[in-house]
Amino acid sequence: MERIPILRMGDLLLVTIQVDMHDRLAMQLQDDLTERIVADNAKGVLIDISALDLVDSFIGRMISNTAAMARVLDARTVVVGMQPAVAITLVELGLTLHGVKTALNVEKGMALLGKNFQ
Amino acid sequence: MTFAAPPNAVHFETPLLDYHLQWRTGRVTLPLRTDEDVVGLRRQVRERAVAIALSLVDQTKLVTAASELARNTIKYGGGGEVHLDGLDDGMRAGVGLLFVDAGQGIPDIENALRDGFTTGGGLGLGFGGSKRLVDEFDVDSRIKEGTAVLIVKWKR
Repeated sequence: MERIPILRMGDLLLVTIQVDMHDRLAMQLQDDLTERIVADNAKGVLIDISALDLVDSFIGRMISNTAAMARVLDARTVVVGMQPAVAITLVELGLTLHGVKTALNVEKGMALLGKNFQ
Repeated sequence: MTFAAPPNAVHFETPLLDYHLQWRTGRVTLPLRTDEDVVGLRRQVRERAVAIALSLVDQTKLVTAASELARNTIKYGGGGEVHLDGLDDGMRAGVGLLFVDAGQGIPDIENALRDGFTTGGGLGLGFGGSKRLVDEFDVDSRIKEGTAVLIVKWKR
């Protein structure tokens, strides 16, 4: 089965979404991330969406849900690299990713999660 | 085992099928049955949008609206098809998409267009949100007959 890889770095989980996700793949990622937070005792999740040229309501909901589940499991989530056109479309669609922390790039996302890699 | 629907296999007679007939430069019809069909449609719509040189923001809006409505066709309409049309009114080029299913129909379109209204456990943003993302939006829905949703984006 097709899966999006999740990398572990210390107590962080890193995901870079590089394919146009169909709905089942998005749900699979949400489940995998939630399981890995517990299995790896992760404190932070960084999701890089800089390669995504579309975030619709389904993917947006997946991101919101993942962040909410992570919070309940004592981990923080930061979404980084959203393209400007995607941000404009998301807001016009009415999706504000409530409760999701965002950063412009991976480095700033890491800093938000309390990690500095200089 | 599932089979892709052949073009025009959806039996819902709607006047929307003839929208902007005089401006049409071509029509491609694609089945909407599976998650993968939605991804395929997104790719095709993006190609069309790039071909008529829509701005990146307008491309993204159109592809996002297409994704929302294609999902609705599958989830609420029980699957159907989408007509992907090239348009040219002599002044500007455009892309039109007509989603057709022969499902249960939408009982209350006004309500369905309201943000936060959902019967499917989603966020309820797909329908009303899509309307905001495009230049033209039209719906023809009849109970137990089907639903057709039209969106058009013109090059500015």
